[in-house]
Amino acid sequence: MRRLGSLAIGLLALHATAGNALDADVIRVGSKSFTESYILAEIAAQVIEKTGEARVERQLGLGGTGLAYRALASGAIDLYPEYTGTLSYIILKDPSLRTLEAIRARLGASGLTATDSLGFNNTYALAVRGDVADRLGLRSISDLARHPALTAAFSSGFLEREDGWPGLSRRYGISLAQVRVMEHALAYRAIVSGEVDVMDVFSTDGQLERLRLRILRDDRGFFPDYWAVLLARKELPEKYPRTWARLREALEGRLDERRMQQLNAMADLDGKSVPEVAAAFLGTERSVGTGRSGLGRELYALTLDHLLLVLVSLAVAVMIGVPLGIAAAHFRKTGQIELGTIGMLQTIPALALLVFMIPLFGIGKFPALVALSLYALLPVVRSTYAGLMSIDGRLLEMAFVLGLGRLARLLRIEIPLASIGIMAGIKTAAVMTVGTATLAAFIGGGGYGTLIVRGLALDDTATILAGAAPAAAMAVAFHAAFELLDRLAVPRGLRR
Amino acid sequence: MIELRKVTKRFGDHVALDDVSIEVAAGTVHVLLGSSGSGKSSVLRLILGLLMPEAGEVLVEGTRVTEATRAALVRRLGYVVQDGGLYPHLTAFDNVALPARVQAWATPRIRERVSALGAMVGLDGPLLARYPRELSGGQSQRVGLMRALMLDPPLLLLDEPLGALDPIVRAELQAQLGTLFTTLGKTVVLVTHDIREAALLGATITLMTDGRIVQQGSFADLVERPASSFVSRFLSAQTLLPVGAEKG
Repeated sequence: MRRLGSLAIGLLALHATAGNALDADVIRVGSKSFTESYILAEIAAQVIEKTGEARVERQLGLGGTGLAYRALASGAIDLYPEYTGTLSYIILKDPSLRTLEAIRARLGASGLTATDSLGFNNTYALAVRGDVADRLGLRSISDLARHPALTAAFSSGFLEREDGWPGLSRRYGISLAQVRVMEHALAYRAIVSGEVDVMDVFSTDGQLERLRLRILRDDRGFFPDYWAVLLARKELPEKYPRTWARLREALEGRLDERRMQQLNAMADLDGKSVPEVAAAFLGTERSVGTGRSGLGRELYALTLDHLLLVLVSLAVAVMIGVPLGIAAAHFRKTGQIELGTIGMLQTIPALALLVFMIPLFGIGKFPALVALSLYALLPVVRSTYAGLMSIDGRLLEMAFVLGLGRLARLLRIEIPLASIGIMAGIKTAAVMTVGTATLAAFIGGGGYGTLIVRGLALDDTATILAGAAPAAAMAVAFHAAFELLDRLAVPRGLRR
Repeated sequence: MIELRKVTKRFGDHVALDDVSIEVAAGTVHVLLGSSGSGKSSVLRLILGLLMPEAGEVLVEGTRVTEATRAALVRRLGYVVQDGGLYPHLTAFDNVALPARVQAWATPRIRERVSALGAMVGLDGPLLARYPRELSGGQSQRVGLMRALMLDPPLLLLDEPLGALDPIVRAELQAQLGTLFTTLGKTVVLVTHDIREAALLGATITLMTDGRIVQQGSFADLVERPASSFVSRFLSAQTLLPVGAEKG
């Protein structure tokens, strides 16, 4: 019972820390889960660390705009890199907000603020090979209209969005000989080999320079502006004025498209770690050695993190799931409804369930634990129910004849007899939760998923594996541990 | 001590017991004899309150068995089933001790009682440390009997207690049960399909078929004054069958 209590207190504490971001001189830096966002956030983090007013806590790799913004609005993080276009179109949902001043004024109402532009505009753009541009004299998108024989490969998003190809071709009156759907990674190969002539890119993509691609100027101003800024809670400049000044000094207007392309390329193509890239930009040294031992230390921390996620959510699932399974077996009619409801929970994709938690609990460990606990519930409830239902009815009758009351029957007869099934369900839940917990990183829950999300963003297989392999190993370890635990939990007379 | 008055029990369309009246006098051994499906096991389940009759009533020590009274009445009853009905997750000792533990007996008292019962049914101490799956059929049955006697109930119900045993063990236990019933002086209702067992153990025999009573009386009554041709046929048919070929 004491352990139960301390667990509950621990959970509350986790939740509390998620809510009070500006306590105890910690600045929480967030990012979305793509390379550029990681790099900008890491640069900001290193500037903050060097200023020395506050410690930094990194919540990098949040799974999307909605997540990152909600995390900031709820105070789970204090700042993250954002783009003006995203702010006006997606977050504030008011395309008429064209200037940074207008955006900032609107943000003020929500207790947020933003730096000036960092100097680059990461928007959709059309790119062609350098030699093709020279040969055909292509400088701007208007020039494309004169070459209808060209072929293009566009990503599916760009091909469908009104602010993508449909709107663009109308505005410029362009039609091309052939337009194919192709994701970016493939399109880069196709354009280099000459299979296609035009593709959509993001203007700060690290590959552009390496592959000698040239961006066509948007001479009719079709694409919305996506100027990079740091978005922060208003308390940040108020509480840490020196830090805020340093951030602005180090970043505002310091990064043009070329420079950002280079930084992205360092991370995406040269295999540099994000902290290394950030340090390179800031002109500070980072000794080569820290890379590896840094990963070792991070892995250790992430292992503890992951274990916490799995053990706490498993414990909650067992504490709730076993009684629910017992209830389902004892009250047959409501039991079916109960099992159906819990079964439905399981049909929600794990990632979606995690995202549902955000409006309720924000981001971080607490919502991740709630989602993982719910997800682990079904195997525990089902196996408890099935274990109890499989008990020979005559043995239960005998319990009545021997004078056992309901509680004595449950504790002395039913649960021990169902223990093999119950343990099997808990084992399934444990192994499953080790895997599902890797998704927690998308909502800032930490764990091995942090590396997987980062690796996916940087297209870096080694980093993905650094997260995935230990997760797999942990699943195996849990399985083995439960085989041992079976020896303790299952009465000797029932063992095979 | 135990009485069924005009009891009818149905399972859906099937009539398990049809207007059955039985009276078991205190301190006697009453055998319910019949083939499987004759309704004899249902009689025991009605006495235990595990089934409730559609018509008629069941009385235990003068109290009518109902949902409300059955929990108290069941403490007056010991119950032994064919395969022993032992809990596989408990040792033989813990199976026997279970009813006393629920009554919060002190451990020394439990140990004393279990070893006395072990001596009574002829089960060695070391066997009590075993789990049911490590016991032979005869040993399991002895453990089941010990458990039924643990709280020393005045009434003892046995449902084919020897039905699953091989002939040699069976004969041995039949003799032992006979002595036990005589020494303990309990009121016993024993269900069996085995005529020899009925003749050996039962002071009074109720012969049943298809949920109805065919004849009640001593074994001599049944042999010498059969109430119908069925009685004679039942008695003579079984002597040709190997003992224990039929279960249930």
